[in-house]
Amino acid sequence: MTLTSTVTGTARIVTVNADRIDAAMAIQFKEEMRAEIESGPDHVILDLSAVDFIDSSGLGAIVASVKQMPDHRRLDLAGLTPTVEKVFRLTRMDMVFRLFPSLDDALTAPPN
Amino acid sequence: MQPEQGRDARRRHGSFSLSFAATELDARSAIASLAERLRAATLPESFVSAVQIAFAEAVNNIVEHAYADAAAGDVQARCDLGPEGLRIEILDSGHPLPDGQLPAGAPVDVSGPRTCLPEGGFGWFLIRELTSELSYLRSGGTNRLTMRFDI
Repeated sequence: MTLTSTVTGTARIVTVNADRIDAAMAIQFKEEMRAEIESGPDHVILDLSAVDFIDSSGLGAIVASVKQMPDHRRLDLAGLTPTVEKVFRLTRMDMVFRLFPSLDDALTAPPN
Repeated sequence: MQPEQGRDARRRHGSFSLSFAATELDARSAIASLAERLRAATLPESFVSAVQIAFAEAVNNIVEHAYADAAAGDVQARCDLGPEGLRIEILDSGHPLPDGQLPAGAPVDVSGPRTCLPEGGFGWFLIRELTSELSYLRSGGTNRLTMRFDI
Protein backbone atom coordinates (compact mmCIF):
# COMPACT_ATOMS: atom_id res chain seq x y z
CA MET A 1 0.00 0.00 0.00
CA THR A 2 1.26 3.44 -0.90
CA LEU A 3 -0.79 4.97 1.90
CA THR A 4 -1.21 3.87 5.48
CA SER A 5 -3.11 5.73 8.14
CA THR A 6 -3.57 5.93 11.83
CA VAL A 7 -5.99 7.90 13.97
CA THR A 8 -4.58 9.87 16.85
CA GLY A 9 -6.56 12.20 19.03
CA THR A 10 -8.74 14.21 16.72
CA ALA A 11 -6.85 13.64 13.49
CA ARG A 12 -6.24 10.93 10.95
CA ILE A 13 -2.62 10.84 9.82
CA VAL A 14 -2.23 9.47 6.31
CA THR A 15 1.38 8.55 5.60
CA VAL A 16 2.64 8.37 2.04
CA ASN A 17 5.05 5.45 1.80
CA ALA A 18 6.47 6.35 -1.59
CA ASP A 19 9.26 8.67 -2.60
CA ARG A 20 7.33 10.18 -5.50
CA ILE A 21 3.75 11.08 -6.27
CA ASP A 22 3.84 11.36 -10.04
CA ALA A 23 1.86 10.68 -13.21
CA ALA A 24 2.51 6.94 -12.94
CA MET A 25 0.74 6.68 -9.61
CA ALA A 26 -1.63 9.63 -9.41
CA ILE A 27 -4.73 7.53 -10.01
CA GLN A 28 -3.69 4.94 -7.45
CA PHE A 29 -3.02 7.69 -4.94
CA LYS A 30 -6.48 9.19 -5.45
CA GLU A 31 -8.16 5.83 -4.99
CA GLU A 32 -6.21 4.91 -1.89
CA MET A 33 -6.71 8.34 -0.40
CA ARG A 34 -10.45 8.14 -0.94
CA ALA A 35 -10.53 4.83 0.92
CA GLU A 36 -8.36 6.07 3.78
CA ILE A 37 -10.33 9.22 4.51
CA GLU A 38 -13.88 8.13 3.84
CA SER A 39 -14.43 7.51 7.53
CA GLY A 40 -12.93 8.87 10.70
CA PRO A 41 -12.00 12.32 12.00
CA ASP A 42 -12.80 15.49 10.08
CA HIS A 43 -9.17 16.51 10.36
CA VAL A 44 -6.75 14.69 8.06
CA ILE A 45 -3.00 15.25 7.96
CA LEU A 46 -1.08 13.97 4.94
CA ASP A 47 2.46 13.10 5.96
CA LEU A 48 4.66 13.74 2.94
CA SER A 49 8.02 13.43 4.65
CA ALA A 50 9.04 10.39 2.60
CA VAL A 51 8.14 12.08 -0.68
CA ASP A 52 11.12 13.59 -2.51
CA PHE A 53 9.31 14.55 -5.67
CA ILE A 54 5.87 15.48 -6.89
CA ASP A 55 4.77 16.55 -10.35
CA SER A 56 1.61 18.36 -11.39
CA SER A 57 -0.26 15.04 -11.58
CA GLY A 58 0.66 14.33 -7.99
CA LEU A 59 -0.40 17.82 -7.02
CA GLY A 60 -3.66 17.29 -8.86
CA ALA A 61 -4.21 14.04 -7.00
CA ILE A 62 -3.85 15.79 -3.64
CA VAL A 63 -6.21 18.54 -4.80
CA ALA A 64 -8.70 15.93 -6.00
CA SER A 65 -8.61 14.40 -2.51
CA VAL A 66 -9.49 17.61 -0.73
CA LYS A 67 -12.23 18.34 -3.24
CA GLN A 68 -13.99 15.18 -2.15
CA MET A 69 -14.05 16.43 1.44
CA PRO A 70 -16.96 18.61 2.54
CA ASP A 71 -16.01 22.05 3.84
CA HIS A 72 -16.18 21.09 7.50
CA ARG A 73 -13.31 18.61 6.99
CA ARG A 74 -9.74 19.77 6.60
CA LEU A 75 -6.66 18.35 4.92
CA ASP A 76 -3.30 19.61 6.18
CA LEU A 77 0.06 18.68 4.68
CA ALA A 78 3.15 17.90 6.74
CA GLY A 79 6.82 17.27 6.13
CA LEU A 80 7.12 18.70 2.66
CA THR A 81 10.61 18.22 1.26
CA PRO A 82 12.13 21.08 -0.78
CA THR A 83 11.05 20.00 -4.26
CA VAL A 84 7.53 19.22 -3.14
CA GLU A 85 7.27 22.54 -1.37
CA LYS A 86 8.55 24.30 -4.48
CA VAL A 87 5.72 22.85 -6.57
CA PHE A 88 3.13 23.95 -4.01
CA ARG A 89 4.63 27.43 -3.74
CA LEU A 90 4.97 28.05 -7.48
CA THR A 91 1.37 27.02 -8.15
CA ARG A 92 0.17 29.01 -5.12
CA MET A 93 -1.30 25.86 -3.66
CA ASP A 94 0.48 26.83 -0.45
CA MET A 95 -2.43 29.27 -0.07
CA VAL A 96 -4.95 26.45 -0.34
CA PHE A 97 -3.45 24.01 2.15
CA ARG A 98 -1.80 24.53 5.49
CA LEU A 99 1.76 23.29 5.13
CA PHE A 100 3.66 22.18 8.22
CA PRO A 101 7.39 21.40 8.39
CA SER A 102 6.75 18.29 10.45
CA LEU A 103 3.97 15.98 11.53
CA ASP A 104 4.41 17.25 15.10
CA ASP A 105 3.81 20.81 13.96
CA ALA A 106 0.65 19.71 12.19
CA LEU A 107 -0.62 17.83 15.22
CA THR A 108 0.03 20.63 17.67
CA ALA A 109 -1.25 23.49 15.53
CA PRO A 110 -4.43 25.23 16.64
CA PRO A 111 -7.53 24.27 14.60
CA ASN A 112 -7.56 27.49 12.59
CA MET B 1 41.39 28.54 -7.55
CA GLN B 2 40.93 25.96 -4.83
CA PRO B 3 41.30 22.33 -5.93
CA GLU B 4 37.65 21.66 -5.04
CA GLN B 5 36.47 24.48 -7.28
CA GLY B 6 38.59 23.14 -10.13
CA ARG B 7 37.06 19.72 -9.70
CA ASP B 8 33.57 21.14 -9.63
CA ALA B 9 34.23 23.23 -12.72
CA ARG B 10 35.42 20.18 -14.61
CA ARG B 11 32.42 18.12 -13.47
CA ARG B 12 29.96 20.78 -14.53
CA HIS B 13 30.70 20.41 -18.15
CA GLY B 14 29.61 17.81 -20.60
CA SER B 15 26.88 16.37 -22.71
CA PHE B 16 24.76 13.33 -22.24
CA SER B 17 21.64 11.86 -23.68
CA LEU B 18 18.71 9.96 -22.25
CA SER B 19 16.51 7.78 -24.45
CA PHE B 20 13.33 6.25 -23.21
CA ALA B 21 9.89 5.09 -24.26
CA ALA B 22 7.02 7.50 -23.76
CA THR B 23 5.41 5.60 -20.90
CA GLU B 24 4.84 6.85 -17.37
CA LEU B 25 7.23 4.35 -15.80
CA ASP B 26 10.01 4.89 -18.32
CA ALA B 27 9.56 8.62 -17.93
CA ARG B 28 9.87 8.26 -14.18
CA SER B 29 13.25 6.48 -14.60
CA ALA B 30 14.50 9.08 -17.03
CA ILE B 31 13.52 11.93 -14.72
CA ALA B 32 15.31 10.24 -11.83
CA SER B 33 18.37 9.55 -13.99
CA LEU B 34 18.59 13.17 -15.00
CA ALA B 35 18.45 14.27 -11.36
CA GLU B 36 21.20 11.79 -10.45
CA ARG B 37 23.41 13.05 -13.27
CA LEU B 38 23.00 16.64 -12.17
CA ARG B 39 23.71 15.81 -8.54
CA ALA B 40 26.83 13.93 -9.64
CA ALA B 41 27.89 17.15 -11.35
CA THR B 42 27.64 18.78 -7.92
CA LEU B 43 24.97 21.20 -8.99
CA PRO B 44 23.03 22.82 -6.15
CA GLU B 45 19.96 20.93 -5.02
CA SER B 46 17.68 23.89 -5.77
CA PHE B 47 18.88 23.82 -9.39
CA VAL B 48 18.44 20.05 -9.66
CA SER B 49 14.97 20.44 -8.21
CA ALA B 50 13.95 23.12 -10.71
CA VAL B 51 15.25 21.11 -13.67
CA GLN B 52 13.61 17.94 -12.43
CA ILE B 53 10.20 19.57 -12.13
CA ALA B 54 10.31 21.27 -15.54
CA PHE B 55 11.69 18.18 -17.26
CA ALA B 56 9.03 15.98 -15.65
CA GLU B 57 6.25 18.26 -16.83
CA ALA B 58 7.61 18.37 -20.38
CA VAL B 59 8.02 14.62 -20.52
CA ASN B 60 4.60 13.98 -18.99
CA ASN B 61 3.10 16.07 -21.77
CA ILE B 62 4.75 13.89 -24.36
CA VAL B 63 3.59 10.71 -22.65
CA GLU B 64 0.05 11.97 -22.29
CA HIS B 65 -0.49 13.87 -25.52
CA ALA B 66 2.14 13.37 -28.15
CA TYR B 67 1.62 9.65 -28.46
CA ALA B 68 -1.89 9.69 -27.03
CA ASP B 69 -3.62 7.42 -29.52
CA ALA B 70 -0.68 5.38 -30.69
CA ALA B 71 1.92 3.03 -29.33
CA ALA B 72 4.39 4.78 -27.05
CA GLY B 73 7.19 6.12 -29.20
CA ASP B 74 10.66 7.07 -28.17
CA VAL B 75 11.76 10.23 -26.48
CA GLN B 76 15.28 11.54 -26.51
CA ALA B 77 16.61 14.17 -24.16
CA ARG B 78 19.94 15.70 -25.15
CA CYS B 79 21.55 17.53 -22.28
CA ASP B 80 24.41 19.99 -22.48
CA LEU B 81 25.92 21.22 -19.29
CA GLY B 82 28.28 24.18 -19.26
CA PRO B 83 29.46 26.92 -16.92
CA GLU B 84 26.49 29.12 -17.74
CA GLY B 85 23.92 26.42 -17.23
CA LEU B 86 22.07 23.47 -18.70
CA ARG B 87 20.34 23.09 -22.03
CA ILE B 88 17.96 20.21 -22.60
CA GLU B 89 16.51 19.35 -26.00
CA ILE B 90 13.65 16.89 -25.86
CA LEU B 91 12.77 15.16 -29.12
CA ASP B 92 9.78 13.00 -29.91
CA SER B 93 7.91 11.90 -33.02
CA GLY B 94 4.40 12.27 -31.69
CA HIS B 95 1.67 14.76 -32.49
CA PRO B 96 2.66 18.41 -32.69
CA LEU B 97 1.64 20.88 -30.03
CA PRO B 98 -1.83 22.33 -30.68
CA ASP B 99 -1.53 25.07 -33.31
CA GLY B 100 2.15 24.23 -33.46
CA GLN B 101 2.86 26.57 -30.58
CA LEU B 102 3.97 26.55 -27.01
CA PRO B 103 1.01 26.99 -24.68
CA ALA B 104 0.91 30.26 -22.79
CA GLY B 105 1.16 28.49 -19.46
CA ALA B 106 -0.76 31.11 -17.56
CA PRO B 107 -0.97 30.73 -13.78
CA VAL B 108 -3.89 28.65 -12.63
CA ASP B 109 -6.51 30.32 -10.47
CA VAL B 110 -6.61 28.66 -7.07
CA SER B 111 -8.57 31.36 -5.30
CA GLY B 112 -12.07 29.92 -5.63
CA PRO B 113 -14.03 27.58 -3.39
CA ARG B 114 -12.74 24.10 -2.70
CA THR B 115 -15.08 22.41 -5.15
CA CYS B 116 -13.72 24.61 -7.95
CA LEU B 117 -10.04 23.95 -7.33
CA PRO B 118 -8.20 22.97 -10.50
CA GLU B 119 -6.67 19.51 -10.63
CA GLY B 120 -4.57 20.17 -13.68
CA GLY B 121 -3.25 22.74 -16.10
CA PHE B 122 -0.15 23.49 -14.05
CA GLY B 123 2.42 21.90 -16.33
CA TRP B 124 3.25 24.62 -18.83
CA PHE B 125 3.10 27.26 -16.14
CA LEU B 126 5.70 25.35 -14.11
CA ILE B 127 7.88 24.88 -17.19
CA ARG B 128 7.79 28.59 -17.99
CA GLU B 129 8.45 29.58 -14.39
CA LEU B 130 11.48 27.34 -14.05
CA THR B 131 13.18 27.75 -17.42
CA SER B 132 15.36 30.70 -18.43
CA GLU B 133 14.39 30.10 -22.04
CA LEU B 134 11.92 27.86 -23.79
CA SER B 135 11.43 27.15 -27.47
CA TYR B 136 9.65 24.68 -29.69
CA LEU B 137 10.25 23.53 -33.23
CA ARG B 138 8.31 21.09 -35.30
CA SER B 139 10.26 19.76 -38.25
CA GLY B 140 10.20 16.59 -40.30
CA GLY B 141 7.63 14.91 -38.08
CA THR B 142 9.67 15.59 -34.97
CA ASN B 143 8.91 17.79 -31.98
CA ARG B 144 11.89 19.55 -30.46
CA LEU B 145 11.38 21.29 -27.15
CA THR B 146 14.41 23.21 -25.92
CA MET B 147 14.69 24.31 -22.32
CA ARG B 148 17.51 26.34 -20.88
CA PHE B 149 18.29 26.62 -17.20
CA ASP B 150 20.77 29.34 -16.31
CA ILE B 151 22.87 28.76 -13.24
